[in-house]
Amino acid sequence: MPGSRARVALCSVLIGVGLLAAWQVAVGGQPAGKGLPGPLAVGGTAWEMLSDPFYNRGPNDKGIGLQLAASLGRLAVGWLAASLVAILLGVVLGLSPTLYRAVNPYVQILKPISPLAWMPLFLYTIKDSGWAAVLVIFMSSVWPTLANTAFGVATLKRDYLNVAAILQLSWPRRLVTVILPGAAPAIVAGLRISIGSAWVAIVAAEMLIGGTGVGYFVWNEWNNLALTSVIFAILAIGFIGVVLDLGLGRLSRRLAYSE
Amino acid sequence: MSELTEAGAERLAQAVERAVERAVFGSEHTRREFVRLVGASTASAALAAAFPLGAARALAQDKVGPIEKKDLKVGFIPITCATPIIMAEPMGFYKKHGLNVQVVKASSWAMVRDLSINGETDATHMLSPMPLAISMGVGSQSVPYVMPAVENINGQAITLHKKHAKVKSAADMKGFKFCVPFDYSMHNFLLRYFLAEGGVDPDRDVQIRVVPPPEMVANLRADNVDGYLAPDPFNQRAVYEEVGFIYMLSKDIWPGHPCCAFAAKREFAEKMPNTFKALLRAIVDATHFASDKANRPAIAKAIAPRNFLNQPVEVVEQVLTGVYPDGLGATKRVPDRIDFDPFPYHSMAVWILTQMRRWGYVKADVNYRKIAEEVFVATQTREAMKALGYKPPEANSVKHTFVLGKTKVFDPDKPAEYLGGFAIRRA
Repeated sequence: MPGSRARVALCSVLIGVGLLAAWQVAVGGQPAGKGLPGPLAVGGTAWEMLSDPFYNRGPNDKGIGLQLAASLGRLAVGWLAASLVAILLGVVLGLSPTLYRAVNPYVQILKPISPLAWMPLFLYTIKDSGWAAVLVIFMSSVWPTLANTAFGVATLKRDYLNVAAILQLSWPRRLVTVILPGAAPAIVAGLRISIGSAWVAIVAAEMLIGGTGVGYFVWNEWNNLALTSVIFAILAIGFIGVVLDLGLGRLSRRLAYSE
Repeated sequence: MSELTEAGAERLAQAVERAVERAVFGSEHTRREFVRLVGASTASAALAAAFPLGAARALAQDKVGPIEKKDLKVGFIPITCATPIIMAEPMGFYKKHGLNVQVVKASSWAMVRDLSINGETDATHMLSPMPLAISMGVGSQSVPYVMPAVENINGQAITLHKKHAKVKSAADMKGFKFCVPFDYSMHNFLLRYFLAEGGVDPDRDVQIRVVPPPEMVANLRADNVDGYLAPDPFNQRAVYEEVGFIYMLSKDIWPGHPCCAFAAKREFAEKMPNTFKALLRAIVDATHFASDKANRPAIAKAIAPRNFLNQPVEVVEQVLTGVYPDGLGATKRVPDRIDFDPFPYHSMAVWILTQMRRWGYVKADVNYRKIAEEVFVATQTREAMKALGYKPPEANSVKHTFVLGKTKVFDPDKPAEYLGGFAIRRA
């Protein structure tokens, strides 16, 4: 129904405008530079930052575009590595109930640890702040994918595996033609959760290590109590998060199947 | 390392002598004949009479040899204490001494330490107690460090929340929550000293938390803490933000106290002696430039941008020029609010070590003098100052005079007696 769709969009825009107006009124009347900035001030900063997003004035002052790119780069490396490990391990655990139950307690202990808690240990052992941040991403995104993959493989219809066995498919072929496609919806759901938690973790990790990235940018602007920049960066982080989630959402719709 | 440098100096002196001899005799053959006839030392003495060998040697030493590594990274925390380290990049002091240095901002002292220990930076801005603590393996893995230059003297302050405007003395501060930037900092030791002299036990009567300097103003505004003894610009920034006032400058506790430092792993200094020498000269040169008050407004403009301190120029200028509003309505004029003097007196290190012992950061008795001499490499600073034409002080160790406290004069030769004189102590 296109009518209701338009109505939703209109409603959404009205809520947004209402929130912004309330925000502006709430902070209005304060002199510039004092107190919480309003949406107009943030808009001004956003315009300034977005009009030159890729400037580079040395290691401690780069445009927001470069900062986001640095964060996305770290995210990509950490998340892809974690996904690869998690999917492979998840398949093994999903196929072997004994192993699954043996490993499960360890996974349960490691899963709830905030990925940031690993940071001092990583810094001490691998002696490189950039790789330590990537490993934090790895730790934050490995568990959801692992759990979902194991679940997806374990709940795969036994018939599919039996047919593959009767056809005497080699293990690599079974993996590619039966197991992974069968468990794909569950795996992608895991990937979607993990990219979200990885994006949450990277900002915090970069606030700790400094250097580059949108987390460092927030920290650096906080030093200066430049709240317009902080708010703008928060919005940019949210926007990127939505884009990442939408991308994986689209992927999961393509991989869905009915039995 | 002193043996190493001495051996190097000896070799250099001989090489210079040889060169002069060759110049005088023309050929190696004639020289050998002459030396055979009169003996080596007489030959040398005869030459010295005719030619100022000493000066030739010194001249040769003034030249830094081929630099092993030109592209360097130097870590820093965005505070005015790091002024010489930071300004040396935009104002070209590193370039002048043949180096291509990038200064790299770190988010906390623990991070600056780890970047340096891990070798991600070649040399670094530190708090002057840090290289001592790290070399001893206190609060860190043990890595030998050298600290060839003090960055700044004075320049810290006790800032209190506005609601405490009526506080008159340390005794009124019982129950306060304070921030310091790091355990191993002059800030921590000076705050503890100040409180204890006022009869307040810093471990029992107040809470002292470690908070990275940039986060202190936000904490004060949020009323999370009552005050802090912190580096600038965060004292002045609290005034600028109208959340706090400057209660006391650190120079009113110990005038001329060291604060931040320039440090590097001993390994770096030994493996790349020429790079280290050039780097030290750049720092000493910049520090000397910063000590001239006429240069301060220009420095403030150079280091305030986002790449460095990321602070309003106005605030940085108030700190560096010492003309500032104190947050209680008065405008103060204190030209030596912050000052710059690179010389790392051994006696400063000894004082720091007595305080580390006093508050239990070091559990066993320490050989104060030995550690001080190993880490605060004053001889190298002296050499750099001479090479640049600045006058180094006469002694490596001096008595320090305090403004605040029962024992006014600290004698570095009697650390145990000094320590024993404190009423409140953990050792």
